[in-house]
Amino acid sequence: MKGVCFYFQVHQPYRIRKDFSVFDIGRKKDYFDIAKNSQVLKKVSEKCYLPANKILLDSLAKHEDFKVAFSVTGSIFEQFQEHAPNVLKSFSDLASTGGVEFLAETYNHSLSFLFDKEEFQFQIAEHKKLMKSFFNQKSKIFRNTELIYSNDLAKFVEKLGFKAILAEGAGKILEWRSPNHVYKAKDCDVKLLLKNYKLSDDVAFRFSQQSWEGWPLTAEKYADWINASGGEFVNLFLDYETFGEHQWQDTGIFDFLAALPGELKNKGLTFFKPSELLKFKPKAVLDFKEPVSWADTERDTSAWLGNDLQRSAAALLYRIKGAVLRSNNKQLIDSWRKLTTSDHFYYMCTKWFNDGDVHKYFNPYDTPYEGYVAFMNVLNDIIHRVKDTKGLKMDKPSIKQKRGV
Amino acid sequence: MYGWEFPPFKSGGLGTACHDLTKGLSSFDSKVVFVMPVKPGSKAEFVELVGVDTKEIESMLTAYAQPGDDDVYSWNLFGEVARYARFAGKLAKKFKHDVIHAHDWMTYGAGIIAKKLSGKPLVVHLHATEFDRTANNPDPHIKFLERRGLEEADVIITNSNFSKNNIIKNYDVPAEKIKVVYWGIDQSSPDFELNFKSELSKTHKIVLFLGRLTVQKGCDYFLQAAKKVLELEKNTKFIIVGSGTMMPELVSLAHKLGIDEHVIFTGALKGADVHKAFQMADVFVMPSVSEPFGLVALESMRNKTPLIISKQSGASEVIKNCFKLDFWDVDKMTCDIVSILRYPSLKHELKQNGFKEVLHHDIFKPAKEVLDIYKEVRGDS
Repeated sequence: MKGVCFYFQVHQPYRIRKDFSVFDIGRKKDYFDIAKNSQVLKKVSEKCYLPANKILLDSLAKHEDFKVAFSVTGSIFEQFQEHAPNVLKSFSDLASTGGVEFLAETYNHSLSFLFDKEEFQFQIAEHKKLMKSFFNQKSKIFRNTELIYSNDLAKFVEKLGFKAILAEGAGKILEWRSPNHVYKAKDCDVKLLLKNYKLSDDVAFRFSQQSWEGWPLTAEKYADWINASGGEFVNLFLDYETFGEHQWQDTGIFDFLAALPGELKNKGLTFFKPSELLKFKPKAVLDFKEPVSWADTERDTSAWLGNDLQRSAAALLYRIKGAVLRSNNKQLIDSWRKLTTSDHFYYMCTKWFNDGDVHKYFNPYDTPYEGYVAFMNVLNDIIHRVKDTKGLKMDKPSIKQKRGV
Repeated sequence: MYGWEFPPFKSGGLGTACHDLTKGLSSFDSKVVFVMPVKPGSKAEFVELVGVDTKEIESMLTAYAQPGDDDVYSWNLFGEVARYARFAGKLAKKFKHDVIHAHDWMTYGAGIIAKKLSGKPLVVHLHATEFDRTANNPDPHIKFLERRGLEEADVIITNSNFSKNNIIKNYDVPAEKIKVVYWGIDQSSPDFELNFKSELSKTHKIVLFLGRLTVQKGCDYFLQAAKKVLELEKNTKFIIVGSGTMMPELVSLAHKLGIDEHVIFTGALKGADVHKAFQMADVFVMPSVSEPFGLVALESMRNKTPLIISKQSGASEVIKNCFKLDFWDVDKMTCDIVSILRYPSLKHELKQNGFKEVLHHDIFKPAKEVLDIYKEVRGDS
């Protein structure tokens, strides 16, 4: 029986204080904007996480075979603990139904795979510990930050014991093939679970777009499309904030979410957790030479590492890792890890800035330049605080860091 | 068209604006007669320049402007303005025209007389109000002339919403009478490609201020920031290009702050030297207290010089790839300057993206918009 696999990304970064100025370097000021972060978290919890969790919990009770998966970052988990423990409780309620899977990823939602494999491995292990202790789950399925995937990643996480990786069903890789099958990574036995971006984006981006020919999208119509899309299953991978935040409540998104499982069942469809897709035989081997992500039309890493601001900030960040770890200062190490979160680099992106595009949910900065300056000031404060600065150099004039791998 | 400045006679952005507008209009086959208060100093094929002699002193009005090295705004300005209005206004009978266009308060009198003589619609262009120029201490007579021009106008053109709101606030003009036309720059000047490298930049970082040295331009805030920047980045020189009534005060402020050896006053520069100043600078700061637009912001971007501008400027409504701050926020000014000096990647991205952006702000877009306003005011839109 054909099925649907839902996976929702749950993440918020620790945003830096945007007023962290050059004068603050060496003055022992806090790096992160506690007020702003808690305010965003509470708002999104009220508007999205809590109501959406409630709907899913109801669906799990109502439909025996209904299933969903989440990837919850360590970054948001800690913030829930501090500012919205009731949200963790509701996730825990979901977990106890048995119909919910929690996937593995980097604790800090970082780009570390592209810069520092050792750090990457460490952050996965931290996240694993968290999922085990809180949800008592140990996933065999890995999802990398922003769904960034390349051949190397599969080979690397295979050694860590993972059986499958989530990736973007990018047209440039799939070409004529359908994302609705299991594929195999190149040169290893890891299976690939690909996002059906067409159907996923119908909800994520187009749901409330009145100029779109699919508008208004009803659960019934959407179930029809899914049913008609061929293959063995359909992977709907979405940011969880789609529900109530990117698409506001008044668009009818919650009614849609509530009605969808029933409508899918009416079409004779069932539901899969990502780990249940492992039973399918791979259709083909897919070759991802360059990193592919789920962002923008480019589907590459340029949203985080596309300009010199981003590349120089990331290079310096990873360059100081050794010195930070050697400092043995727990708080400093923790702050450094919070800076590895991909969102900080996203805020420095210039490519859509000129188009006035609205890629900026909860972006605290008016311009990418302000984002860069705050980040660099904080990094320089860290450099100031670590005693061992051997081998550390400031931003160099010509930046030709390798992009990614 | 009535204007007080036209290159090479100019003391600020107004002359450039008039030059660029007439050039832009000519590309749409509009014929412009430009009447100015001195004998034209140059020939331009796209515009007919007519000079009116205003220098003959017949009455001693108030000594408003202090003697300085401004060659356009002399000490008996009001006398010249009044003479200009009479003589230039009468030219309306000599030249056939469809629309009268007057730039800033000095020429409004001429525009009003011309309108009475020919009955053609009067477009009043406000590049800066007296409130902008004086940081809200208007000279009553100028205020009076400015108000009269705005009242007599059929339509008012200004350079930004910032300026539009100032006009509404200070002169109580109905909002629908005011049209906003954002300014652009002539991209064709070969001086943009000089790629000038100074000896000074081999040893020092250079921070540039460029503008009239008046309270409007906020150079005193620039010096306050300079003091703080030097505490963080010693090898920095602050170049101040421009002249004006505030110069002695600024020189003594630099001395009082103990930074005189790091501050270079160049006086006013012209032509290619202006571009050289931009090109040698690591960052340009426009800390204007009140700036209806601020063409220098675009010139900086076109010369690939990273830019910090005050939010109290019209340019900040349209420019994206720069730092924006409140003119009084000396701390942020310091931070932004230091960041650009310290981080080559930041400088590089601001340069590249600013350059790409400024190419969209040429002289043809505003000229087309002005032309549409002419059509509308003539009733043949």
